[in-house]
Amino acid sequence: MMLVKIASRNILRNARRSLMTMSAIAVGATALVLFGEFVANMTTGLQTQTVRRSGHLSVFRTGYFNFGAGNPAAYGIGDYRSVIRLINEDRLLEPLVNVVTPTVTLFGIAGNFDIDASKTFLGFGAVPSDRDRMRQWDEYGVFRNLVLEDSGLRDDDETRGVVGVGLARILGLCASLKLADCPPRPQTAESPSLKSSARAGALQELAQRDRDTSPSLSNGGAPRLDLLAGTAGGAPNVLSLYVSRAEPQGVKELDDNFVAMHFALAQQLLYGRGERKALGIVLQLHRTEDMPTARARLVTLFTERGLDLEVRDFTELQPFYKQVIGLFGAIFSFIAVIMGVIVLFTVVNTMSMSVMERTSEIGTARAMGVRRRGIRRQFLIEGWMLGAIGATVGLILASVIAFLINRSGFMWTPPSQAAAVPLRVLTSGVGPLNLGVWLGLVVMATLAALLPANRAARLAVVDALRHV
Amino acid sequence: MSETATEHIVRFREVVKTYDDDGLKVTAVDGVSFEIPRRRFAMIVGPSGSGKTTLLNLTGCIDTPTAGRIEVCGEDVAALSDNAVTDFRSRNIAFIFQNFNLFPVLSAYENVEYPLLLLGIAAGERRERTLAMLESVGLADQQAHRPNQLSGGQKQRVAIARALVKKPELVLADEPTANLDTQTGASIIDLMRRVQREQAASFIFSTHDPQLISHAEETFVIRDGRLVEHRSEADR
Repeated sequence: MMLVKIASRNILRNARRSLMTMSAIAVGATALVLFGEFVANMTTGLQTQTVRRSGHLSVFRTGYFNFGAGNPAAYGIGDYRSVIRLINEDRLLEPLVNVVTPTVTLFGIAGNFDIDASKTFLGFGAVPSDRDRMRQWDEYGVFRNLVLEDSGLRDDDETRGVVGVGLARILGLCASLKLADCPPRPQTAESPSLKSSARAGALQELAQRDRDTSPSLSNGGAPRLDLLAGTAGGAPNVLSLYVSRAEPQGVKELDDNFVAMHFALAQQLLYGRGERKALGIVLQLHRTEDMPTARARLVTLFTERGLDLEVRDFTELQPFYKQVIGLFGAIFSFIAVIMGVIVLFTVVNTMSMSVMERTSEIGTARAMGVRRRGIRRQFLIEGWMLGAIGATVGLILASVIAFLINRSGFMWTPPSQAAAVPLRVLTSGVGPLNLGVWLGLVVMATLAALLPANRAARLAVVDALRHV
Repeated sequence: MSETATEHIVRFREVVKTYDDDGLKVTAVDGVSFEIPRRRFAMIVGPSGSGKTTLLNLTGCIDTPTAGRIEVCGEDVAALSDNAVTDFRSRNIAFIFQNFNLFPVLSAYENVEYPLLLLGIAAGERRERTLAMLESVGLADQQAHRPNQLSGGQKQRVAIARALVKKPELVLADEPTANLDTQTGASIIDLMRRVQREQAASFIFSTHDPQLISHAEETFVIRDGRLVEHRSEADR
């Protein structure tokens, strides 16, 4: 108790110097906590976007992940319904899983013959109601105040689809979809090239032939695209898609190629009149922390049943996610190291000054019977107190600033997101971050005091008493 | 421990202390031998630089001799480890310094209480002894004052109270009146003499003031590191 009393009074003894030291620690704590909370908000936001789109886990035929892009149809899961039933009925998985849904991914050419335009596309086939449920997922509450737009797909209408804004622009759908921020299509000096005209013509002919055999194609005046894809058997297959809306995709390459469609339509495009398969089965869990458990259980289930399936999580399917997390983690570590070094030098300087000024007191205490370790402990406690007070003030300051930021109304566009979102820092569930920053800085301050404390403890008593 | 050893609070045998001052050997104490009986008010007298402080430092076990043997309270202190000698000081020896050396962040009460904390004495007894000691030196009313709120004489009274509160066997005072005016210095010597009698402690203090010699029961005159004279009250 006396040690703490002496330490606190010595801190107040040179109040200005102590204040500067604690301010440096407080600024370090504030910066680290705010940046950590910003990163946490961005990470959870990015994770939420990714999980809403791709789920947590995806089940593929073995080999699809590495080689499927070359021939997706060859890696279809024929009995996908029984696999989904197997997952849904599993005692261990059932409480963990939010959505289990089949998907089809395909490549092809989309054409708008009204303007003789065509473009390769990347198609995603999903069950609309499942997709809608997946879009509601918000484990961390980061989008709780944002209203979701209509998904544009309906279970009862296989012909509806959604395209990326870039693709809509390229294929001349701006006016019909009433897209804002969509520049007018420039008039080219020459007519379309013979090659592209011929390709559009061929596509139109195929579409006309297909339409002749299709039932109802009317769809509330939505603009129509014709999609051409190669079937599993190698034959060209064309179907019409009525675009209900365009959705920005954040990454230009995806935005210029994205087509979301009904699962059945995607199956029809890829497999024609053959056996309809799924290329993947997506699982969205209630909680991300259950991902390893669910994955392990899926692997066990498939092994037990002798199913030739593999499981991948969203971090494998979306390398961008890992890259962004890694980048911000590295920046955070860099800032933490800089702050740590600043705290180290500041505390070493302060404590060294203190040891120098109190040399005679150290000699007196030693003469009175205080052991070397008692002197060391005295200065370590002072370093610890400087760190603890500074870090605590820093955390309080960070809370106030975080409160102000979250109510500032500033907007920004995070990586891989198309639309601007409010600039926020995550203030819930960041206890470990705050504790880590507090402990880190306090430990750093205490360690910084160790050097001057050792010097004080090693002083010869007579030399210390002689010190003026 | 022999009978003779326990009769004396301090025994020096051919003690030498040499300092290395940037390669220059300086002998501060040169082959000094003496003994001081217990419960005596002893004085080491000599001009500045004669080796008085070094002799006191060696007696107080805060410095080690280059050669010779020192026994304090019957203990051969050279044989003790750093921690053991620190604990020995804590139990048996108290210091009164020329510059008072009070802890500036502690009140008069806390300064006096400090040695009792080091000895692990219980809070109740600590409080009782501290207040009694402050009363004894006439500073009960100033117990809450910090050193910077006290006069030089009051500071030295606090230092005396701090030295005596743990009831040490040996009190060492290095020119305790040097920074005080003559009247205050005399009152401090009177106070030290009184508490020395009350507590039956052994006092050794150094001075270069010849006026204070009359107070001593044992006087050791030192010059150039050598003991040149020893007078005992019993001899007078």
